[in-house]
Amino acid sequence: MVRDYLYPEYEVVRDRDKCIACRVCERQCANEVHRYDEELEKMTADSSKCVNCHRCVCLCPTHALKIVKSDHTFKVNANWTNEAISDVIRQAGTGATLLASMGNPQEYPVYWDKMLINASQVTNPSIDPLREPMETRTYLGKKPHKIERDKKGDIVPNTPPRIELSTPIMFSAMSYGSISYNAHASLARAAQELGILYNTGEGGLHKDFYKYGPNTIVQVASGRFGVYEDYLNAGAAIEIKMGQGAKPGIGGHLPGAKIVGDISRTRMIPEGTDAISPAPHHDIYSIEDLRQLVFSLKEACDYKKPVIVKIAAVHNVAAIASGIARSGADIIAIDGYRGGTGAAPKRIRDNVGIPIELALASVDQRLRDEGIRGDVSVVVGGSIRNSADIVKAIALGADAVYIATSALLALGCHLCRSCQAGKCNWGIATQVPELVRRLNPDDGAERLVNLVNAWTHEIKEMMGGMGINSIEALRGNRLMLRGIGLNEKELEILGIKHAGE
Amino acid sequence: MLYKEGENGNRIPSGCAISGIFSKSGKRINGEDIIKSISVMHDRSNGLGGGFAGYGIYPEYKRQYAFHVFYDSNDAKEVCERYLDRHFDVINLSKIPITRIPEIKDEPLIWRYFVDPLPTKLAASQLDEKEYVVRCVNKINTQLDGCYVFSCGKNMGVFKAVGYPEDVGRFYRLNEYEGYCWTAHGRYPTNTPGWWGGAHPFAMLDYSIVHNGEISSYDANRRFIEMYGYKCSLLTDTEVITYITDYLLRKQGLTLEEMASVVAAPFWSTIEHMEEPKRSRLLYLRNTFASLLITGPFSILLGFTGGMMALNDRLKLRSMVVGEKSDMVYIASEECAIRVVQPDLDKIWAPRGGEPVIVKLNEEAMGGIM
Repeated sequence: MVRDYLYPEYEVVRDRDKCIACRVCERQCANEVHRYDEELEKMTADSSKCVNCHRCVCLCPTHALKIVKSDHTFKVNANWTNEAISDVIRQAGTGATLLASMGNPQEYPVYWDKMLINASQVTNPSIDPLREPMETRTYLGKKPHKIERDKKGDIVPNTPPRIELSTPIMFSAMSYGSISYNAHASLARAAQELGILYNTGEGGLHKDFYKYGPNTIVQVASGRFGVYEDYLNAGAAIEIKMGQGAKPGIGGHLPGAKIVGDISRTRMIPEGTDAISPAPHHDIYSIEDLRQLVFSLKEACDYKKPVIVKIAAVHNVAAIASGIARSGADIIAIDGYRGGTGAAPKRIRDNVGIPIELALASVDQRLRDEGIRGDVSVVVGGSIRNSADIVKAIALGADAVYIATSALLALGCHLCRSCQAGKCNWGIATQVPELVRRLNPDDGAERLVNLVNAWTHEIKEMMGGMGINSIEALRGNRLMLRGIGLNEKELEILGIKHAGE
Repeated sequence: MLYKEGENGNRIPSGCAISGIFSKSGKRINGEDIIKSISVMHDRSNGLGGGFAGYGIYPEYKRQYAFHVFYDSNDAKEVCERYLDRHFDVINLSKIPITRIPEIKDEPLIWRYFVDPLPTKLAASQLDEKEYVVRCVNKINTQLDGCYVFSCGKNMGVFKAVGYPEDVGRFYRLNEYEGYCWTAHGRYPTNTPGWWGGAHPFAMLDYSIVHNGEISSYDANRRFIEMYGYKCSLLTDTEVITYITDYLLRKQGLTLEEMASVVAAPFWSTIEHMEEPKRSRLLYLRNTFASLLITGPFSILLGFTGGMMALNDRLKLRSMVVGEKSDMVYIASEECAIRVVQPDLDKIWAPRGGEPVIVKLNEEAMGGIM
């Protein structure tokens, strides 16, 4: 309808002097933005179809293309923003929930950017990571409570099952289905090369990837897709997904159109059926039910694998985490409200959940107050953007971090937030064979390895600056952080002092 | 603005000098020697704290806990003594003898008590004797205003004050004490708290710690150890190291070598290349007590009944040398502090980072002090 027409938010700008009408942009765009006009003998673009993924910009051989934010606007209104008005118009037209992808993009505070890291001066020396060993190796899992000795007085090795990581970074859950085969292959290979872990998400594990088992976390979510005995025993750890930062409190939905071929086989559901993950696990309506699932999974793997319980950061996250720590789980993963997703209702993504920094600080402190911090490791995700975020997360108390959006960016994602459309031009969030082929797993794995190695190097530099040469001495070391521009309450929750104090 | 240690929630880093003298045969060494040793390292202190720990100094009361207490006032003393009477059988009490000298000012009331836990109270508490004593001392130190128990072991005692260590030694008349082991500390804090309790050694039961360095793992260590009933109120490195020592040795039952391999753990790469079963044991200890790894520079002398342990951080970011002469062992921040009391040494060396040096009384001598 005419009154529903919304001018595109972003416009394709082509430099006519540079364009040679080679039609690369046309071939590369799955959204069919670009077209060659035979009569005019020149390229044209329909900006209304553009998702701003930069595929054409990157591949244009003469750099003739750019995407700009449109200066078209409604009458400027601090309350009724362009977005607010457009959303109402869209919903009036469709009667539907607004769908969105990737993490919450709204202007909420980013607490990582309001914390500063310490360094040594005079009273103790900084340590040069190029000259001295600098250790980032991390173990995740429960710690024994008490030293036991045998009759000869030797220590009994009573360590529960655990995960070993060369650096405190893991790739977090993205299912095969929500991302492509080649994206999964890239993550698995990179995890293996780096000595870290990637996570299957809830889509099961493709038969080709069982060989990466020692570097795999297998996920059990509410839909239980692809879960069976071999799957549970295939990985280094099992993760129960209770929630996700991008959409706390709701389930997932992979449309039947994407349940084809290998995806159907891996998920163990018929082709063409919708894969619907219920909002709750229907065998977990309370904490004691969680305990039963934790131990069912431990039974299934003969108590050889640690069990992770992943939750979204919500208001009473500290109490929930305390319950999980007492449920037999070995690791708690907390996903903040900035965490990504392949598709989520926009209102939920943008309004439900809390920042991971605050959730982490309160969970770590609560577990310590209750004397049970050693019973679980804490892994956090939900927008870890760089190595400084990781240093800050560990100083607040995290054992390791989960990264996903950053990993996808390394693979080529340009954060256009259109995953739900399934036409990812970068071959990541799509199942279209021609698009998937654009992501070369060798290249993808190399870029992921580069990213994690670069971050690890930076982490070591920052640790050395603080005079710390092992990551465990940074863990929970909140004196190494200071707040900047935070109020008393925020400082109290983060458990840090203000800069200058 | 000057604060008592920990009072405004701020941690105060400090550099230092340490020295220790030990007789393996249990020969009783006069306190004069340790004063001589630490005074050579005058420039490593700044007059804001000095102290000593002597072992085997109270043979006549060797079965009683010797409490050394600072009082701000007579009222505080009365309150504390009432508490002591309710929980302990006080065998003897007296002022600790001092010599007033111009270098040491504003001394609090300094008293000494030799006590046994009251058997009925101890039984009712369902705690072992040592834990009972620790809890009573913590209660006094945290809840009774103006009272501070700074030494509570058996047949040992801590003497400390604000001042240079050699002056502190004269003030406490250490030449009137004799023991098989002495440790000493000269402090160079980067703020001037001026509270006597903040001087070192820091002691808990018969463990006493003198420490030189500033640890970078402080808050990670503190937040971990506070899960186990300890409260770091002074916010000094020495305090948290003492609690870590007590937790690992007394509560977890680790040996001294095992404790050293937790706080100054070998690098993972070093552990990987070790032979079994050592490899598995060190992997286990490092992983189990990951949060008790201490990083940053430190050299510590841990005194305990019948022995002394010296340990450097694993990178050896602080100087520490060990000298031996027949049954005598000398350990100090600087070699000169050893040479001044024993110029003719059989052996002198600098232990490697993370490598504990443990000296103990021989069996015969051990029988004598217990």
